[in-house]
Amino acid sequence: MIRLKERLAAHKSNILKKWFDLIVDTYPYDSSKYLKNVKNRFGNPVGSTISMEIEKLYDELLGDMDSGKIFTSLDSIIKIRSVQEFTASEAVAFVFMLKSAALEQLRGDLKEEGMLADWLAFESRIDKLALQAFDSYADSRERIFDIRVREIRRKAELVMMDRINMPRRAKE
Amino acid sequence: MAKDKIAKPEELADGINYTPPKKDWFDPKVEFVRGRYNYASTPSGLEYLGLPNPRKWQPDQEDWKLPKDWQKIVLKGFKERLAKFRSFKIFMDICVRCGACADKCHFFLGSGDPKNMPVLRAELLRSVYRNDFTAFGRVLGKLAGGRELTVDVLKEWFYYFYQCTECRRCSVFCPYGIDTAEITMMARELLSLIGCTIDWITTPLANCYRTGNHLGIQPHGFKDSIEFALDDLYDLTGLKIEAPINKKGAEILFIVPSADYFANPHYFGFLGYLALFHEIGLDYTFSTYASEGGNFGLFHSHDMAKRLNAKMYAEAKRLKVKWLLGGECGHMWRVVHQYMDTMNGPADFLEEPISPITGTKFENAKSTKMVHICEFTSDLIYHNKIKLDPNRNNHWRVTFHDSCNPARGMGLLEEPRYILRSVCNNFYEMPEDTIREKTFCCGSGAGLGTDENLEMRLRGGFPRANAVKYVHDKHDVNLLTCICAIDKATLPALMDYWVPGVEVGAIHELVGNALVMEGEKRDTDFRGNRFIGPPEAQPKEGKENV
Repeated sequence: MIRLKERLAAHKSNILKKWFDLIVDTYPYDSSKYLKNVKNRFGNPVGSTISMEIEKLYDELLGDMDSGKIFTSLDSIIKIRSVQEFTASEAVAFVFMLKSAALEQLRGDLKEEGMLADWLAFESRIDKLALQAFDSYADSRERIFDIRVREIRRKAELVMMDRINMPRRAKE
Repeated sequence: MAKDKIAKPEELADGINYTPPKKDWFDPKVEFVRGRYNYASTPSGLEYLGLPNPRKWQPDQEDWKLPKDWQKIVLKGFKERLAKFRSFKIFMDICVRCGACADKCHFFLGSGDPKNMPVLRAELLRSVYRNDFTAFGRVLGKLAGGRELTVDVLKEWFYYFYQCTECRRCSVFCPYGIDTAEITMMARELLSLIGCTIDWITTPLANCYRTGNHLGIQPHGFKDSIEFALDDLYDLTGLKIEAPINKKGAEILFIVPSADYFANPHYFGFLGYLALFHEIGLDYTFSTYASEGGNFGLFHSHDMAKRLNAKMYAEAKRLKVKWLLGGECGHMWRVVHQYMDTMNGPADFLEEPISPITGTKFENAKSTKMVHICEFTSDLIYHNKIKLDPNRNNHWRVTFHDSCNPARGMGLLEEPRYILRSVCNNFYEMPEDTIREKTFCCGSGAGLGTDENLEMRLRGGFPRANAVKYVHDKHDVNLLTCICAIDKATLPALMDYWVPGVEVGAIHELVGNALVMEGEKRDTDFRGNRFIGPPEAQPKEGKENV
C-alpha cells in the first residue's frame, strides 16, 4: 500500500477538503454554509470538530491505525451526530464518504499496475473505521439513555416531596 | 425503526445520495420525534391556574384537540399584543434579515437546523404577522413573505418556540437590538391561549401558585428542609447554626430558588449561604411563601410572571423587612431586574439596600430594593469582613459558566469572578467568545430542562460543553461553577455526555468551603471531600489565566 499511501499523503488537503464538504452537505443547505466556516472553534463547534477529527482519522488510516486514537476521533464526531436529526445509518455514513472524496482525486492513478490492490486494502481500512463507527454510535445512544435514566431517578427523588409535606409525626 | 425510514428498492439499487433535499423554509411540516420535544401540559395544572383548553393530548399526536375557533383566538391575541407591547410591534417590523444572529444560537450551532437561526425562528411568527397585520401581506400574501396560520404552522411554532431558551445571546449581536427572547415569550403566550403549553412549565406554575414554590413544598416541609440543612451543617462544622423563618422585623428577606434547599448540587451552595450568614451575624429571614426565587411564569406569559412575582413584595411587606436579598438563580434575576419594578412595584415601603456589615449602599438596587447574593458577598470580601482559606478548595480546578440571565439580563459579570478568585486557587476562564455577555446557554432553560427533551438539550448544550471541554483538556478543570438553579439541575447531564469528569457546583459552595468560621471543627468540604491543603495542591500543568 506504500505507493497509494504516498499519493494519498500528497493529495491530503484536497481529499480532506472534499471529505469535509461531503459531510457538511448532509446538513440542510441553509446551515451548511455556516458550518463550513471553521475559523472559530468555539463559534462553530460542529464544523470545527468535524474538520479537526477527520484529519486525525485520515492520518491514522495512512499510519498505524491506532485504535484508541481512532475511537476518540470517531467518538467526537459521532457523539454530535447521534443527537442530531440523523438516523443511525445517516449518522455513521460520513466514514464512507472518504471513498468518494479520495476516488475523485485518485481515479486516474488506480489504472496503474498494482494500484487497485492497494486501493482495495485502503478501502478495507475505511470499512474497519465504519465498523468502529457503528460501535461508537451504539455507545453514544446507550450513554444518552443512561443519562436519561439518571435524570428520571432524580425526578423520582422529587416524589419524596410528598414525604416532606407530611407532618413530622407521620414520617416517623 | 419507522417504516418510512426503510429505503425503497430503487433507492438501494441507485447507490447513496447523502445530501438532503433542499427545503423551502415556508414548508411548516415538523416531525415530533421522541427525545426532541417536551410533553404537553396536563389538564390538572391548566385547570388549577384557570388557563384555557385543559385536555389530554401530546405533540406527536395528529389531533391536538384545539378549540374550534383557535385561529380567531390566536390572531385576536396577536393583535392585542401588537397594540399593548410597542417592542413586539417594532421587533416584528424592523428586522432586515442581515444574518448577524444566524449562527449565534446554541440550538442552531448544535443542531444545524436552519429554523433554529433566531432570524428564521422569528420569521415563523413574522410571516403570520405579515399575512394578517400588514397591508402588503394582506394583498400579496406569500409574495410579501406572508403565511396563513394553519395547524401545521401552529405545530411548527410549538416545536421551535419550545426550542428557544430565551437566553438572548442572539440579541447581543443584533444591530437593532431585537430581543428574540421577547419574541419567543409572545409566541408562547399565543400558544397558551389555546392550551398548547408544556407540562414542565404549567405543573411548577400550579405548584408555585399554591405553595409559593415550584416543587409544591408546604410551609412545614420548607421548615423541615431548612432544619435538615442546619443538622448537616452541624455535622460538617460542629456549629449550631440558626436560620430564621417568617421572622417579623428582620432586616433582610432572603429568597432563593427552591432547588437550593432540595436538589443536588444546589444544596451545597445553600449550606454556603447559611454558614456565611451565621458567620457575619446577619439579621435576615426566610419566608415560607416567598420560598421560590425562580419564576416559571416568565416562560409562560407576562401575566403569569407577574402573578408569581407578586409574593416577593407581599412577603416583604408582611414581614416588615427593610430590603430583599436573592440567591443564585438565573431567570429570577431577569424578572427582578427588568420587570419586577413595573410589574409589582414601586416598593416604596422598603428601604434602599445598605449592607449592615460594610455600610455599602447598593445603588443599583435603589428601585427594586433587591440585591444579588454575589453583589453582597463580593462586597463583604472586598471590605475584608470574612476570613477565607482558598486552600480548602484546592481539590477543585474551577471554571465559571456565566448563567445567561444574570450575565446578559443584569450585567453581573465581575462579582462572581471576584468571589471565585478569593475563594479558590485554581480558576480558569473558558474562551472569550463563550463567556460574559457572549456566554453560551446550558440549552435547558426556559422550561426545556426535562428528561424527555434530553436529545434536544444535548444539541443546545453542545457549544457550552465544547468550551468546558477545552479547559478540561487544557487545565484539568473538574468543577463547572454557575449561579443558576436550572444550570445546576441540567449541566450535570450535559457534562456526563460531552465532558465526563467535570462536576457542577455553586459559587457559594466554594465560599462555604473556604469560609473560616469561629469555633468550627471541620476537615471536609460540604460534599464530604477531605481538604487536601496547600502542599499537595500544586497546579499540575498549564498556565493559569486568572
